[in-house]
Amino acid sequence: MERRRVVITGMGWITPLGDDIEVVWKRLLNGDSGVAPTTLFDASTFPTTFSAEVKKFDLAKYLGPDAKRHSTASRNSQFALAAAKIAWGDAGLEECTNLDPARVGIYLGGGEGPIDFDNFAAAAVQGWDAAANGGRGDLDAVKWAEVAVQRLDATREFEQDPNMAAGHIACQFNAQGPTFNTLTACAASTQAMGEATNLIRRGDADVIISGGTHSMIHPFGVTGFNRLTALSTRNDSCLTASRPFDRTRDGFVLGEGAGIVILEEYEHARRRGARILAEIAGFGSTADAFRVTDIHEDGRGGIAAMRLALEDAGVKPEAIDYISAHGTGTEENDKIESLAIQGVFKEFAIKVPVSSIKSMMGHLIAAAGAVELITCVLAIRDGVLPPTTNYANPDLNCPLDYVPNKARKATVDAALSNSFGFGGQNDTIVLTRIAG
Amino acid sequence: MSSRRVVITGLGLVTPVGIGAETAWKALLEGKCGIRRIRAFDPSRFDSQVGGEIEGLNVAGAVPKAYRKSAKIMARDIEIAVVAAYEAAKDAGLKTRCLIERGEATGPSNLDPTRFGANIGAGLICADLTELAGALYTAVDERGQFSLRKWGVDGMKNLTPLWLLKFLPNMLSCHVTIVHDAQAPSNTITCAEAASHLAIGEAFRTVARGSADICICGGAESKLNPMGLMRQSLLKRLSLTHNDDPASACRPFDADRDGSVISEGGGLLIVEELEHARQRGARIYCELVGFGASTNTQSWLAPEPEGKGIALAIRKALQDAKVTANDVGLIATSGPGTVAHDLSEARGIRAALGDKAGSIPALAIKGAIGNNGAGSGAIDLAIAALCVRHQIIPPATSTKKVDPACGLNLVVGKPIEAKTGIAVSVAYALGGGQNAVLVLKRMED
Repeated sequence: MERRRVVITGMGWITPLGDDIEVVWKRLLNGDSGVAPTTLFDASTFPTTFSAEVKKFDLAKYLGPDAKRHSTASRNSQFALAAAKIAWGDAGLEECTNLDPARVGIYLGGGEGPIDFDNFAAAAVQGWDAAANGGRGDLDAVKWAEVAVQRLDATREFEQDPNMAAGHIACQFNAQGPTFNTLTACAASTQAMGEATNLIRRGDADVIISGGTHSMIHPFGVTGFNRLTALSTRNDSCLTASRPFDRTRDGFVLGEGAGIVILEEYEHARRRGARILAEIAGFGSTADAFRVTDIHEDGRGGIAAMRLALEDAGVKPEAIDYISAHGTGTEENDKIESLAIQGVFKEFAIKVPVSSIKSMMGHLIAAAGAVELITCVLAIRDGVLPPTTNYANPDLNCPLDYVPNKARKATVDAALSNSFGFGGQNDTIVLTRIAG
Repeated sequence: MSSRRVVITGLGLVTPVGIGAETAWKALLEGKCGIRRIRAFDPSRFDSQVGGEIEGLNVAGAVPKAYRKSAKIMARDIEIAVVAAYEAAKDAGLKTRCLIERGEATGPSNLDPTRFGANIGAGLICADLTELAGALYTAVDERGQFSLRKWGVDGMKNLTPLWLLKFLPNMLSCHVTIVHDAQAPSNTITCAEAASHLAIGEAFRTVARGSADICICGGAESKLNPMGLMRQSLLKRLSLTHNDDPASACRPFDADRDGSVISEGGGLLIVEELEHARQRGARIYCELVGFGASTNTQSWLAPEPEGKGIALAIRKALQDAKVTANDVGLIATSGPGTVAHDLSEARGIRAALGDKAGSIPALAIKGAIGNNGAGSGAIDLAIAALCVRHQIIPPATSTKKVDPACGLNLVVGKPIEAKTGIAVSVAYALGGGQNAVLVLKRMED
């Protein structure tokens, strides 16, 4: 029996460059930047003072009166709801009357909601007994609890759980099928879309709302990445701070947002006359099993994930027309990803254009892979590749064609999208043009 | 389409009634309870002051010597997963990197690392409040208020550079895959109490379709910290009436149940392709034959009163297993002990299994171990696998009078012998709406 095929029939995103698929796509091709000084909290004294924020977000713009029902949702869940609404409409599912809700699933790479920072910090410092423990201090759990129970809000705590974005989406779209939320760090949404593809292939669902959502632009998020020295600290020139594959790169730029795709079984899509945007032809997932702090220096996990995805798709490396890189702009990622691409593509590696839209959008963490896959769909549709901006200084360790600074016309029949996460998570999707 | 058969060959449990599947199993058969007044911190300001605590968790004894220093960047949830993984690998007779390097197995390995995957459920890992509060305190201003500006300048430097890595949910799976050298597909599912069933279900599919031959899967979580207790308190999910009688605090399906208790723990299982297991002469606990998942769509906050979503997941899982309600010999419930969740679950089970539901023996273990969050489903499933293997069902000791409105045939008082061919294990997120069900089948020797 032939394997069930999985296609994309709808897309939506909420990004630092906007919310409209076509407008954001034009901005990416134009090399615009979504980076600016951080406004969501006072980051003025942090090692990194800038980020790629979603600007002026209002859920009611997307959900109308339904927004009220979801008003307690955390920022990332609201992004996901908005992007899902756009994607659902884009797929023509608003008009679809004979959808079986038990066959509609959800597979998200959804991050945790931002912590209630002010109240958390206030309770923490009031609960600290500086004199305890011989002057080294200790938490006074009794005092902490007295303050915390007054300051923390049940709903706000509840909405931080990483399965909440999916919970809201299920209620909004009556999706009664299987729901999964994966949180494999920066690889999460690519993993979600890949695993969702396997779910549909196997017959466990016909339609899956997939992709990712995340916002880590909050004091603890930036603290965490700053302590890891993972973020760029070019505070005086934030517009050009994200410079993947450039020799002078000094870290990634934190972004936020959501990307949602409607994945659908091919025949199901055809029967309802849906517009088919592209096919998810292959998926590969591996673990480095090396170190939690470093990528394996040979890029073995990335190589294996790309090979598995190509094999799953039945596509040879030389048939890939474009690679959407993970390309974070950290010293280590860009070097090892370039090495891994060479390991898989061999002599073809220098011929395949590779670009990173993180140069413009920043790094959307769990949502990054979904937003990047959407740009691959658009590259296939329009025959044009988004550039890697801020690229000025070639790096001997990054010897590939990174589509520097200017968008480029190219026929794209097959694209490969990489996402790699902290701890050695590697996920790759191969996307192909649908024939006819 | 032919699908490969998948069996369970290893169980690794870390619970308040013992570490190691055999220890926990014996404790449950003997009616032991792991719930007590909380000792990890002073709970006296909380309304619920009891919980399931794990004693003697020894990460250094579960990793190769060279990896011991990595324990410094493991949250409690990760430590539990790492110990559970060690127990599971040892139980399954796997010669993993960890066991060889520790000298507990002699090489060469009986595993291909590129065919060895992982799928582990994790919760929202609470930051270590003591560590964080101490660091935040360094950023108070002259008025005694926390100052974000001060924090940005130098307060944050009081956190270790790798601080963030302690709390990323995928670190359970990352440490486990590193320690045991599992390089095949690796995933982390974060759907609260449904997480480990969803993770095991995914691992089942991964092995069945041939993307891996063997997977370590399940989940782990610790809610046993001030923030974890605070969250569950705010959500009003906890029993408030039994601080002086902890062993009776959580009473699944009892007529006068009044809530759950916080806990910590986890379970990791080795699932393996049948021929792969046979070739290496592995002991097989049982076969994993069905998986079904569904979602509630009435509310992401509260359980569905009629358990519609749970019923749908059970039906899907039975269909997947190609068995009917008449074949089911054991229902391993989730039974967290809250008034609304237990009723919703019981109604869902009855809706899916029909008239027979009230006579099938039902297992509930939360009274003894509490709510282990993302780790709870894996513990339930592992105990169900032992029931199927040993043909005996441990009792829910804290439940005295089963709620007639629930209408389940809960095993209470003493263990019972029961011929179980098919067991159904139910899990669902207390909040969020995800339901997942797994079906186990006895393997005839």
